[in-house]
Amino acid sequence: MTLLDIRNLSVTFETRSGPFRAVDGVDLTVEPAEVVAIVGESGSGKSVAMLAVMGLLPDSATVTADKLEFEGRDLLKMSDHDRRQIIGRDIAMIFQEPVASLNPCFTVGFQIKEMLRRHTKLDKDARQKRAVELLGMVGISEPERRLRAFPHQLSGGMSQRVMIAMATSCNPKLLIADEPTTALDVTIQAQILELLSDLQRDENMALVLITHDMGVVAETAERVMVQYAGMQVERQPVRSLFRTPHHPYTAALLAALPDRARGTRLPSIPGMVPGQHDRPTGCQFNPRCPYADDKCRTVDPPRQPEAIGAALCHYPLNVAVEAAL
Amino acid sequence: MSALITAKELRRDYEVGRGLLSKPFVLHAVAEATFTVDEGKTLAVVGESGCGKSTLARMLTMIEPPTGGQLTIDGRDVTAGAHADLKALRATVQIVFQNPYGSLNPRQKIGAILEEPLKINTSLSAAEREAKGRAMLAEVGLRPEHYGRYPHMFSGGQRQRIAIARALMLEPKIMVLDEPVSALDVSIQASILNLLADLQEKRGLTYVFISHALAVVRHVADDVMVMYLGRGVEIAPAETLFETPRHPYTQALLAATPIADPERRGQRLRLKGELPSPFNPPSGCAFHPRCPFASDRCRKELPQMLPAGATLVACHGVEEGRVPIAPMVTPLDATVSAV
Repeated sequence: MTLLDIRNLSVTFETRSGPFRAVDGVDLTVEPAEVVAIVGESGSGKSVAMLAVMGLLPDSATVTADKLEFEGRDLLKMSDHDRRQIIGRDIAMIFQEPVASLNPCFTVGFQIKEMLRRHTKLDKDARQKRAVELLGMVGISEPERRLRAFPHQLSGGMSQRVMIAMATSCNPKLLIADEPTTALDVTIQAQILELLSDLQRDENMALVLITHDMGVVAETAERVMVQYAGMQVERQPVRSLFRTPHHPYTAALLAALPDRARGTRLPSIPGMVPGQHDRPTGCQFNPRCPYADDKCRTVDPPRQPEAIGAALCHYPLNVAVEAAL
Repeated sequence: MSALITAKELRRDYEVGRGLLSKPFVLHAVAEATFTVDEGKTLAVVGESGCGKSTLARMLTMIEPPTGGQLTIDGRDVTAGAHADLKALRATVQIVFQNPYGSLNPRQKIGAILEEPLKINTSLSAAEREAKGRAMLAEVGLRPEHYGRYPHMFSGGQRQRIAIARALMLEPKIMVLDEPVSALDVSIQASILNLLADLQEKRGLTYVFISHALAVVRHVADDVMVMYLGRGVEIAPAETLFETPRHPYTQALLAATPIADPERRGQRLRLKGELPSPFNPPSGCAFHPRCPFASDRCRKELPQMLPAGATLVACHGVEEGRVPIAPMVTPLDATVSAV
C-alpha cells in the first residue's frame, strides 16, 4: 500500500499584505522503503509542503488538499490526538540545523528517552537500553557516556546523528529529512547520507529527502520532484531526470552545476525566484525561461503526461528524444 | 610570472584561557602553511571547518598578524612590515565574506557602503567618490537606481555583488574570497562565479578562493591547497589534484563529494570519525587516526611537504609508496582537455 499519498496540496499563509500561496497544487506519493527527493531553491516551498504533512505549520497557514493520506488514513480529517499518535512515531522528521533542533536545556539521553516514553510502552530500564542501542546504531562511540551529554558538547555531525537516533527511535515508516547535511562538512555529509541509506534499507524505512544539492540527489534518490515558486514543475526517476529533463527550469538548474559545466563560464539562470509580490502571470518561470513566449506569459501552463515528467510547461524539452527511445 | 603572495611556514596561534590558575593553552589555528600565488591566478584553499582556512584569510588580509613564518605580499614583507607598508598593503588585498546578509551594514545605503573605503583610504572629493561608486555598481551588474537603496532590499545574490563591488573600490590586486557562493542557491551561484571570472579577466585580479565545495573549486581554481587541522597537506595544480589526488585525505574528500550524476552512483570511501579537536591534535601526522594507510611512523613523525610529480604532499605513505594514487572519475573528465 502507498505510504504517503498527497494530491493537490496547497498551503496559503495569511500575511499582513494579503494571502500568500507558498505551496500550490503539489502531488507526492511515497511507497514503503523508497527514497524520494524534493529539489528546489530557497523559497520554492519544499519545506513548507512537508511541514504541512507533519502538521507543524503555524495557525496563519491554511492547508488544503484533495488527498493527504498516510497508510490510507486521512491526516487532515483526523483529530489532533490521533494525529499525534502517528507524527513522531510513524512519520518522523529531521531538520537542517541539528544544533538548533535539540533543546539546549536537557541532555541528549533525556530527549531521546522522551520520544520512547511518549510513543512506546517500554519501562525505564528498557528505555535506557534502547537509547544506548540507538546511539550505537547511528555510529556514536561510548553511547552510555554521550547520553549524559548536553547538545552544546556535541559537534554538528554528532548532533545530526542524535537527531537521527531520536527520529528513528520508534522505527518510523517514513522519515522526512529537510536538508539534513547542508550545515555539515563533506566527509561528515557522506557519513550521514550513508547512515540514512543504511537505515532506509535495513529498517525498510521510506525517506523523503528535501535538498537543493543535486549531487546529494544523484547519489541517494530513486525518484525526484522539482519545485519552483511553490509549484511542482517536474517529477521523474532520478536517472531520466538527469539525462532528459523536461522542464526548462530543471534543465537550467542542471546546466548551472559547476560539475557539469563546460568552458570557463557557467550557464546561469537570469533573474531570481519570484517572491510574494512579484509572482508573474502565466508560467511562474517565464521571466527567467529562455523558451518563453506570449502564451507562457499569459496562460497557466498545463500538466504534461507522466511520460514527460508531468512537467508543468507549455513546451516541455526533450520530448522527441523520449519518443525515439 | 611573478609570485604576488609568498607564504613560508606561516603560523597563527591563539592563546585560550583555561581559568585563573592554569596556564593559557596555545592553539595552532594555522600550524604551517607554505604556498605561493602567481599574479592573475586563483589559489583555492579547501578543507573542512576548523582546518584553519578562515584564519589564513584573516592573515592574508592583515586583519590579524601571523605569529610565525613569513608572508610577502606584492613584494612587501607583512610579518616585518612597518605601519605605512601595511596601510598600503591593506588596499592591495580585499576580502569578500561568505554571508552577504551579515557583511553589509543594514543602516547604510549601498552608496555609502561603496564609498566608505574611499573615504578612509583616499582623498577623493564626494563627487568623485560617487562617480566611482556608480561605475562600480554597473561593473558588478547592478542598476544605477540601486545606489540609494538599503541592503535589505536586495536578494542574496545581489548582496554578494555589492560585497564584491565594495571590495573592488580600492582597486586591489588580490581578492580573498571566503566561501563567496556557499550561502547562495545554485542558479545564483553560477552567475556570481561568472562575475568573478569576468572581473579577474578584466582587471587581472589574483584570487585566494576559500571553499569546501569541490565542484566549485575545480571550476575556478588554477592551484589547490588542501588543509587539514591547520596544515597544508597537499598543493597541486587543480587538474592534477582532481585527477591524481595523492594524500589520503584529499582522496577521501573527493570521494565524499556527491557527484551530480546518478549513473555514476558509486562506492564511497567513507572516512571514519570526525576532525580531531585542535586543542588536542594527534601526534605525528594529524590525519593518522582517520587514515586507512596509517603506520607507526605516521603516528610518531610529522610528515614534511615533499614533491611528487607536480604535487607537493605531506604524507609518509605517499613517500614510501604505500598509498595508491586514486584517480577520481567525475563527469568533468571528458571535458578537461577542452577547457
